[in-house]
Amino acid sequence: MNVIRATDLTKTYAANGVEVRALRSVSLDVDAGSFVAFIGPSGSGKTTLLNLLGCLDKPSSGRLEVAGTDVTRLDRRQAAAFRGAHIGFVFQSFNLVSVLTAFENVEYPLVMVQDRPASERRARVLALLDAVGMADQKDKRPEQLSGGQKQRVAIARALVTSPELVLADEPTANLDSATAYTIIALMKRMRDEVGTTFLFATHDIRIIGEAEIVYTLEDGRLTGRQERCP
Amino acid sequence: MGNLVKIAVRNLLRYTRRSLLTVSLIAFGVVFVLVFVAMTGSFKEAIVASITDSYLGHVQVHRRGYVASIESLPLNLNIEPAQLAKIQEALGSAPDVAGASERIKFNAMFSTFVETTGLRVTAVYPDREFAVCPKLPARIVQGDRTPAALARGKILVPDLLARGMGIKVGDTVVVVATNKDGSVNGKTLLVSGILESATGPGGRDGYINFEDGMEILRMQGKETTEVAIRLRDFGQVERVGRALRERLEGGGGGLAALEVHTWSQLSPFASVARLIDMMALFMKAMLIAIVLISVLNVMIMAVYERVREIGTIAAIGTLPSRILSLFLVEGVLLGVAGAATGVLAGAAIILALNIWKVSVRFGGSLQLFVLSPRIDLFEVVVASLMVIVVSVLASVQPAFRASRMEPIDALRHV
Repeated sequence: MNVIRATDLTKTYAANGVEVRALRSVSLDVDAGSFVAFIGPSGSGKTTLLNLLGCLDKPSSGRLEVAGTDVTRLDRRQAAAFRGAHIGFVFQSFNLVSVLTAFENVEYPLVMVQDRPASERRARVLALLDAVGMADQKDKRPEQLSGGQKQRVAIARALVTSPELVLADEPTANLDSATAYTIIALMKRMRDEVGTTFLFATHDIRIIGEAEIVYTLEDGRLTGRQERCP
Repeated sequence: MGNLVKIAVRNLLRYTRRSLLTVSLIAFGVVFVLVFVAMTGSFKEAIVASITDSYLGHVQVHRRGYVASIESLPLNLNIEPAQLAKIQEALGSAPDVAGASERIKFNAMFSTFVETTGLRVTAVYPDREFAVCPKLPARIVQGDRTPAALARGKILVPDLLARGMGIKVGDTVVVVATNKDGSVNGKTLLVSGILESATGPGGRDGYINFEDGMEILRMQGKETTEVAIRLRDFGQVERVGRALRERLEGGGGGLAALEVHTWSQLSPFASVARLIDMMALFMKAMLIAIVLISVLNVMIMAVYERVREIGTIAAIGTLPSRILSLFLVEGVLLGVAGAATGVLAGAAIILALNIWKVSVRFGGSLQLFVLSPRIDLFEVVVASLMVIVVSVLASVQPAFRASRMEPIDALRHV
């Protein structure tokens, strides 16, 4: 079953009066439970594609279905609600809310996005923090955590709403090698346990090596698809 | 909602010094307004009570046209006996009226046999006058402070003339006046007391007995210049004034019309009272400006500093309305904290002012007014609500801006 069906996606920006074609006729299908990496040089369109797949932006033309929904027709509010229900995000700079503890950061989507009852929230958050190995750090604020610990919390936050899809833009770029491998292994384990689809935009060879499908982008075009058995 | 408040509190505490400064600024504004309103209210109350309780009364009834020419104290505009009966009938059926005092007022020559000057004479029935103006005895700085001071043949001389002409209690003086027919008459009177002016050093008003006034003016029947009325509850003055106006101002039955005035229509201090009210309004406008500018400043900064965070929470699915609420709650919390601190500090200052007894003199009067500042719950609620509403208004624009941010742009923000 496809969690993503993209057909002829194009994205055009106007930058300083010049038309920039960030994506050119990109078509791809992603099966549920996949571990997919998008690679390519800077400016190749990786982040733009991830933004479209994450409903953070709309394509200039083409058709895009995410989790069975034509997301090109969603307005701002509907797109936000859709992201809250179906998509998790992991950012390069972790993007944790600095005033909240690790527990509260993971709990945040359940409070502010999904309005779940307190008892359910607590059980779910503790389970995820335990799964990412951060249960004993749950009361610490982001500034008290290392980069790897922050990214673990960010992964738990991305998974807490049980999304079909997790999008990660350069999730290991700010981490040392050992931590990066741990984070990759963690995401893969979460994929195996929860069945969530993971999509990465990355330059990181360590992730590329672990991905099951690798798409290559150049000048906004999808130029290669490689299936691997890591 | 509880979680929203919790997150908003944490957000405010991330810049503790800035939030505390803003709360302090709002609290300072609230304190200033509350203490100002309490002090000026107390001052106004003390002066109004002094004016009404020592010479004016709460309401006065005159013959129509008298007040317009009050400076000359015209005798041809006195209330006639039939009109007086009508007034007394109206007052008798008004449960709010505590007492009434008939007065004759006229200009006279005042002589010590050595020197002569002008005097404004008020002739009264002492018991009724003391009941309508209970602070009148307090104005008698020398001599008898009982109604006996205004028994027949006695006069209370204004302090101004007493000092200027060297008059002492027990001296004999002469009051000479022209009646409405042009006939001149005089009467020798015994000085029973020296009377401080209620409104400062310019007072030239002396008091004599009503019967002496009738005698000096050679009145055939009882004529009255004015009827001063005291109410049981000063707060009802406008309502009772309206009711008496409806009843008395129509004339009818061949009677000339009467006119009813409340103290505020007769005393120039009413303008000062209105000015004080306007100043209080101005203080409230200042408070609004303080709250608006300080909360707006903090919220604009908060949005500017948290663009990436806004992008993150928007990206993970927080609805724009939730983001709007989050920033509005932050603004409201600043206002609530400022208002609460201000109310507590204001109440403490007002309490301290009551303990230390602040006193003032007004208009050069010898009388010392001890202020008892107090603040109505209504004023506290109005000031607090004003702060909170303005805080919401000040937060609307930054909150709206935050809620309208595109997550993709906000996440790129450095």
